[in-house]
This record gives sequence, C-alpha cells and structure tokens, in this order.
Amino acid sequence: MNHLIPPFDAYRVFVEPWTINLSQTLLMTSIALIVALSAALIGNYLVLRRMSMLGDAISHSALPGIVIAFLVSGSRDSFALTIGALVAGIVTTVLIEFIHRRSIVKVDAAIGIVFSMLFALGVLLIELVPHTDLDPDCVLFGQLEWLGVHASSDPMKALFASSQFQLLFGVFILTAALNLTFFKELLVSSFDPLLAGAQGFRPTFIHYAMMCMLSLVVVSAFEAVGAILVIAMLILPAATAYLLTNRLRTMITLSITHAVISTIGGIHLAVWLDCPASACMVIAGTFFFCIAWFIHTRPSRQVDDTQETESLTNSAESELAPH
Amino acid sequence: MTPKFRHSPPFLALLIFMFAMPSEAHAAKISELVEVDLGDQFVRFFSLQDAAIRHILLGCLFMGINFGLLGSFVVVRRMALVGDTLSHAVLPGVAVGFLFTMSKEPWAILLGATMAGLLGAATVSWIQRSTRLKQDAALGMVLASFFAVGICLIKMIERIPSVNKSGLDHFFYGQAAALGRADLWMMGGTAVLSTIIVVLLYRPLLATSFDQVFARSIGLPERMLFHVLMLLLALAIVVALQAVGALMVSAMLITPATTAFLLTKRMHVMLCLATGLAIAAGMLGAFLSFVGEGLVSHALPTGPSMALCAGGFFLLAFLFSPHHGLVFRYRRHLSQTRQITVENTLKAIYRAMESDRFKEEGIAVRRLAGDARETFEETMTRLRLLVRDGLATFASTRGEVIYLTPEGLQHASRVVRNHRLWELYLTNEADYDADHVHADAEKVEHILGEDQVMELERYLDYPEQDPHGKRIPSLRDTQRLPLRDLAVKEEEVEP
Repeated sequence: MNHLIPPFDAYRVFVEPWTINLSQTLLMTSIALIVALSAALIGNYLVLRRMSMLGDAISHSALPGIVIAFLVSGSRDSFALTIGALVAGIVTTVLIEFIHRRSIVKVDAAIGIVFSMLFALGVLLIELVPHTDLDPDCVLFGQLEWLGVHASSDPMKALFASSQFQLLFGVFILTAALNLTFFKELLVSSFDPLLAGAQGFRPTFIHYAMMCMLSLVVVSAFEAVGAILVIAMLILPAATAYLLTNRLRTMITLSITHAVISTIGGIHLAVWLDCPASACMVIAGTFFFCIAWFIHTRPSRQVDDTQETESLTNSAESELAPH
Repeated sequence: MTPKFRHSPPFLALLIFMFAMPSEAHAAKISELVEVDLGDQFVRFFSLQDAAIRHILLGCLFMGINFGLLGSFVVVRRMALVGDTLSHAVLPGVAVGFLFTMSKEPWAILLGATMAGLLGAATVSWIQRSTRLKQDAALGMVLASFFAVGICLIKMIERIPSVNKSGLDHFFYGQAAALGRADLWMMGGTAVLSTIIVVLLYRPLLATSFDQVFARSIGLPERMLFHVLMLLLALAIVVALQAVGALMVSAMLITPATTAFLLTKRMHVMLCLATGLAIAAGMLGAFLSFVGEGLVSHALPTGPSMALCAGGFFLLAFLFSPHHGLVFRYRRHLSQTRQITVENTLKAIYRAMESDRFKEEGIAVRRLAGDARETFEETMTRLRLLVRDGLATFASTRGEVIYLTPEGLQHASRVVRNHRLWELYLTNEADYDADHVHADAEKVEHILGEDQVMELERYLDYPEQDPHGKRIPSLRDTQRLPLRDLAVKEEEVEP
C-alpha cells in the first residue's frame, strides 16, 4: 500500500502544487471557485428547506435531458446541452412534486423514484441511439482538469474566452444577484412559509424559481465536478455553516468561506496526489465539516439542541417546500 | 359486480399495451432483417439453455427477495434515499477490499464494501443525532464524501502498475451477464439471511418502523434493530452491485416497495407484493435487455432496463391502484362533486317550496337562478343532472318549471334534515352561535350517514325545529311523502 501515497517531502507537498505548472492550476482553481461559490450560495436554502437530496436528483436526471438535447440539436455545443439539462431538471422537480402531492407516496420515495427512472432512461437512450459519443462517465464524474483551457501565453484571456467559463460566471453572477435582491423573501419563505404567504411572497413561486436556479447551478456545475459530487458542493458549505451559527447572514458568509478554503485545499490535494480535483475538493470540504462538527458537539454546546436529537428514521418529515 | 372487477379490462389492456408496444415498434423499425435474431433471442431466453441467463434469472430472484423485504421497511420508515447513499458510500470499501488482496476477490470486496456501507449508515445517524442537520443533508454529505474518497482511491489503484483492475467500472453500471457462481452464492446467502431475519424480527421491526415511541416504551432495542436493518441493506446492496450497478440499486430498492405501498395497507402484504414486483421487474428487465441485444447488436445495460420496468409497474400503480390510483381517485372525486351539486340543487328547490309553504308543486327555474345568483343556463345545467337521475322533471308549459319526483322530494328532505340537525347539534352541544353554523352544516350534510343522523336525532331528543325556526323533516318525511302532508305539517309548526 506504500506506493499509493507518495513519500512525505515538505517541498513536494506544500510548495510544488503552487509552483510547477502554476497557470494551469490557477485556471482550474478559478473555475472550481466559481462553481463552488454558486453552489454554496444556493445550498444554504436547500439545507434550510430540507431538500438537499433534490440537488442529487436534478444532477442525475439531467442525463436524459442532455441526450435528448444532443439528439435534437445534433451537436455537442454546451449551450444546447445546458438547455436540455435545465429542462430535465425542471421536469424532475415538477414530477417529484406531482407524485408527492397526488398520492400517499412520501417525498423521499418520490425523489428516489423520479431521478433513478430518468437516469435509467438516459443511460438506455445513450445505448439505443447509435453514434452518441456522449460518455455518461463524464456526466457522472466531471472533468475539471479538461475544462481548464489549456494554458496558453495569456491564461486569463483564454479563461475568459472559454464558453464554459462564461456560462459558469454568468450563473454565479445571477445566483449572487438573486440572493442579494431577494434575500428577505428567501429568508422568510425558508423559515416560515405560512408567514411568507401571508405577506404576499407566494412561496410556491419562490420554490419553483429556486428550483430553476438550482437546476441551472447544478447543470452548469456538473461538467466541472460531475453529477454525484455536485451535491457535496451544494450541501457541505451550508451544513458546515449551519452548525456554527443561527443567523442566515452569518451562515451565508461562513458557507462562502468554506467554499473558498475547501476549493483551494482541494486543488492543492488534487495536484499533490494527482487525483480528480472535484473529488479532492469534496474531501477537503468534508474535512472542514468534520472540524465544525467537532466544535459543535463539544459538551458545552450540546444543551441547545436536545430537541434535535431524533434518530434517523424519526426526522424524516421533510417537506418539499411550499406548504 | 365489484368495482375492482369492472376496471380490470382497461387495466389489463394497458398492461399489455405497455409491454407489447416497445417490441412491436422495434420489430417494425428494423423489419425482417434481424427478425430471425429476435426470434432466436426469444427462444434462447425461454429455453434457459444459456448458463448466463439462468444465472441472471437466479440473481433477479435473490435480488428481488432482498430488495422487496428491505425496501419495504426503508420506504415505510421514510428513508428511501438511504439506498442511494449506501450504494455510493460502498465505493471506498470496494477499493479498500481490492487493495487488500490486490485482485478482484469477491469476498474481500464484499467485506470491504459492507463495512463501508455500515460506516456510512452509522455516520448518517450519528450526524443526525449529534447535530441539528436533518436526514437529507446527512444523507447527501455521506453519499458525496464517501464517494469522493472512493474515486480518489480508485484513481490511485489505477496508477499501480501490474494490477488487473478491470471490472471496477462494473461497479457503476453492473454487468449482469458476468454474474458468476460466487456472486450467486453470495446473493442467495444474503437473500436467505434477510428472509430469516425479517421473519424472526417481523414484529419488532414493524413496531419500530411505524411507532417509535411505542417501540421504545415497550423496551425494544430500537437502535440495534435499525443497525440490523442497515447491515442487511448494506449486504444486499453490495451483492446486487454486480447485477445492476450502483446507480440503479436505489431504483430497484425503493420502486417496487413504493409500488406495493400504493397497493396495500398491510405490511405483510406489502412485503410479499414488493418482493414479487421486484422479482418480476428484474426478470422482465433482464428479458428486455436480452431481446434488445438482438436489435442494437451490442449489450444493453441490464440495470437501467430493470429499473425502468420497476418504474413501469410504479406508473401503473400510481394511475390505477384501487385505493390511491390517480384515475380512480379522480373519478371518485368527480362523482362526489356531482353528488354534492345534485344535493345542493335539491336543497335549493326544497327551500323554495318551503317558502311557498309547499302549496306549489313546481318551482320556476328563473326563481331558483335568482336565489342562487346564477345565470339561467347555469341553473338549467344543474337541474338537468337531477332530471337525469330521475329526481325531478321539467314542464315548460308556463316558462321553465321544475317538479320534484317523489324520490327527489325524499332525497331533498333527507339532505335538509341532515343540514338542520347538524345546525341544531352545533348550537346546542358545541356552543356555536346560530348564525355561524350554516357553513359547517353545508359541508357535513353530504357525508352524514343514515345511522349517524338517527343517532344525532336521538341525542337531540327528536327536535322539531332548527336554530333558525325552520322545521326539521322527520325520518318519515324522508321515506314517504305526499306533498300535502308537508303542507299540513308546515301549518302546524307555524305559530
């Protein structure tokens, strides 16, 4: 097992990742940072509304959307594929809501069924339709490394010229703008949908608007980090922040901090160990979550949340937002 | 004729349509060119001459037993996504098991993966117990972080020279065709184990799944039972990975169980149904992907086609389940709405007649429309429902006039009787103000049964008048009613 982890060497571990091939690393970091930040922003509301697994669902069910968009447009143009995935994401949310509302099926089962069916459909479509050179692996795992425009003479210029970066950056700006503009609405509707309704905020509308935003974030992100790890980008910063504060503003700030440091730490890890960057970002994020968890569960703090210590099975009254 | 029986032909037709359709469409598309192949595939599948097919079918049987039993408990405990999490969380275990032996030893991978799965389940419940994060966040985090560790480990393994690592990617999509004897033994063993444990611990598991407070109060080791369930689940998921792959395990786990959940209210029926459905979906999926292989000339992934079959069953149950199916519920809803419209119209006519002190037998439609503040046409539409049910007749000699038939009058007095008794009950017994009771009675009048009304009447000591001073029709009024009797009684009540 020794040859798995390279022998320790301070220079190699701490200095080399940020000296050798620096421009490539920086490109990767900036893309990863944009992805992590937009995901962290929207992730806060997901965790608060107890619908974290929706991110997972949307990222999986984007596959048939991508395949169908590919079939219709006949190109691997990332804009067309994004639209397809976006539509699939919204369809997923609507289907989940429909099954959940129109039958006795609980929301967790509805999520599970809808996304696995759509994903299965996507895999079968890829197999059935000849000449789709779409690779489900790419959708699943993402390729942060390949996205990084190849470091040319002027890496920053190349970065801003790449359509993928433009998309990610646009999504980030949009997420941040919506977050700032509708902070109050999001706050109230996440914590007290009834009050939000009474004040005329229309929780259902906010819910669906947020789902659209979520789809957009997930879809734009998974080419970089992959469908399965997107969920970590969404939840980890928010969950870490949620353990440390009771205020939404502080929570958002903390989650952004978490996103930034786990991105940088993750890229470092990835370059050092030569592993997929997205996976390493998640590992770094998990590490920081564990620290927060440790701080949170120290005896002095435990008094506050005795009412929260229900077991796994008991706390599943998670409602899909609009009440 | 029971309703169930009456609806079965369209149900069957749809079932046949759903599953006959795809193969027909393909046959039409590829014409006679590969028809021979297709027929060959059919024969090969059903004659069970290939060992691979026998293995797949056995695998489906074992997997169905595992997932049907465990999936039902998972679904009723509202932790359906636990399957998804565990199936991803076993990845680092697979890698570690591989590292341990440096080969694809099934037992090492099984052991490693089961440990990782258990660790994942324990972490989920630990996060939930020690923080205020909810199940969804805990599941998501465990899924992603375990998976990330697994990806990194596998990436490292791939760099080790001189290691035969082929087959690790089967983890994601599964490869049912490669099911070996060892896999089958493990699947069979797990199936036997979970059957035995579910049978032995049926009552405790039932109690902890549905009523934790009760289970705790009678001293059941709730957390231990939970971990037993998780252990079985982790085992079942790990042995099924080879057959359907990590991405479809969750589908096979919860879809048949949820389908069964829609079809029955009893847990043991649900267990049996879920098992049956899971086996059927697995076999059907295997069959379709095998036949499909003859069409597109390369192996179709078995996992997704099994999952889609399970999804097809779910869709059917979602639409046509006798109790919870969308179609029947919608139909019930429609007939209820119609019933309420009919009864409200009858009541309006009764009121109009009552205000005439039952002197007139017919009521002008215009007057009803005016009372209800509707257009003439709207009232006519409602009245036509009555006529169709034989509760009233039209006469258009002097403008449009509606006459209640004897049945109509009986029905009308029944509704009015319900309404007024309930109003009286609310004012007398529940301390409502007399001007607050009408809205509530409007709803209750349609659902009070005959027995309840009699009980109500007895309870209120056979009252004559409602809180507004109107006469409450008696039981006899609702049974036999010449109109002039009502007129006479109306005279008596009036002071």
